[in-house]
Amino acid sequence: MALTTRTLRGRSAIVGVADAASPTGELDRHGRALEAAMVREALADAGLTLDDVDGVAAGGNPTGLAEYLGIRPRYVDGTMVGGSSYELHVEHAAAAIAAGLCEVVIGVYAATPRSDRRRRSGGGGFRGPMPGPNPMLEWELPYGMRMPMGAYALAASRHMAVYGTTSEQLAQIAVDTRRWAALNPRARYRDPITIDDVLSSPMQASPLHLLDCCLVTDGAGAFVMTSAERARDLPKRPVYVLGAATCGTHSMISEMPDLTTTGGAVSGPAAFAMAGIEHADVDLLMGYDSFTITALLHLEDLGFCAKGEGGAFVEDGKLGPGGSLPMNTNGGGLSYTHPGQYGMFLLVEAVRQLRGECGERQLPDPKVAVAHGSGGVLSTMGTVVLGTEV
Amino acid sequence: MSVIEPPVSEFSQPFWDATREQQLLLPWCTACDAPHWYPREVCPSCLGDEIEWRAATGTGVVHAYSVQHLPGPGRTPEDVPYTVALIELTEGVRMMSNVVGCAPDDVAVGMPVRVRWQPLSDGRNLPQFSPAG
Repeated sequence: MALTTRTLRGRSAIVGVADAASPTGELDRHGRALEAAMVREALADAGLTLDDVDGVAAGGNPTGLAEYLGIRPRYVDGTMVGGSSYELHVEHAAAAIAAGLCEVVIGVYAATPRSDRRRRSGGGGFRGPMPGPNPMLEWELPYGMRMPMGAYALAASRHMAVYGTTSEQLAQIAVDTRRWAALNPRARYRDPITIDDVLSSPMQASPLHLLDCCLVTDGAGAFVMTSAERARDLPKRPVYVLGAATCGTHSMISEMPDLTTTGGAVSGPAAFAMAGIEHADVDLLMGYDSFTITALLHLEDLGFCAKGEGGAFVEDGKLGPGGSLPMNTNGGGLSYTHPGQYGMFLLVEAVRQLRGECGERQLPDPKVAVAHGSGGVLSTMGTVVLGTEV
Repeated sequence: MSVIEPPVSEFSQPFWDATREQQLLLPWCTACDAPHWYPREVCPSCLGDEIEWRAATGTGVVHAYSVQHLPGPGRTPEDVPYTVALIELTEGVRMMSNVVGCAPDDVAVGMPVRVRWQPLSDGRNLPQFSPAG
């Protein structure tokens, strides 16, 4: 507790502000346009530009706001606890800036309940906020893309066209992940599969077949964190957070700046640098595998191989049991479980492996594990480096 | 082909109005003298709010695509297979659309395309793309 105070004191400052109000009680702008105006004014007040901003705090949908403003945040805070959310945003941002996660954070709030009533023709008694613009409904949904696999299919399509990646190479990831699942008694699917099995499974959204796609299962998990000091007094071997970093690049797939490169290319190196590790130090990669292409992009963006070489990299089965880069030892989202938001399971398996609790699939004495999560449609990447020693 | 009819956001009214005449418009930031997509009240490069609608060439290339083998939102089993694509317009912006007017197997990344129009129930048209030439 004292540690927190010491760490944050004097480490950050508010350097620009803006607000909007009117004697009429109504503003001309509303929604995102009003938020944008506030950001523009606060940045001008600070003598900074949009290019300086690498952190976004906004209750609700911070990635939608970042996309609208053309920001690719390394720090995202969507904390929404009601009226005090913005004090919390300041607190979190101070911690993030002190920790070097980001340098310039914008915090934004806009609501126009009075003029919303007028805009909402025959609006009755509804007093909720005016629904914001929904660019996905207007600019994506009419084209009938199956979600979420269609979004990942577009990334795979582009990766294949640019780098010559093949369906067989993507299938190898599903095959190796299933080999791990065979060693996990709680995995949804444990029977071995072949590349041919993947390629002959029904095409869902080309070029992704059914077995390129994650499961849909029930699932749940939790974790507890405390200070390193206290952790040492607890019964189980501590698993230390050695590094963590975030990068968001978009919200909708049609806005992804480069379909073949995720924010992992930013969050991965940043988390590794914070942890002071090299790729050779990583004993386990828990790489979010919503689809085979998702995992392949992680391998490239985290720097385990060069951009475009993921296909060739996985061909020899190095991701499976006995391989040189064990990935998703629980059987992954492809074969273990995937309740929709799989990131929790990356952390749980990484911790269990580092503690040596994984039974038949246990790695020999792992010291460093990387949990790399993907949110949205390849939108926001979060990399966490965990280790048995500080 | 059944499609979900897009809502018209306040800002994009001129875009949808122009589709009634089968004209494709793009929002341009007058400060940057550059187009952006999707349409919004401010430029995602400079936050400028002097946005102007300009006619687009209606040409581009397939940037990435995926053939849907089961019906997605708004589509029916009779519609499959159909192609969803990201189209890189000649102006340099990228939009989601469909490639129609050719077999899904004939679509390829890099293929030149030209806008065509899918009628909506209220007189607007939805921009889609067909092989050019």
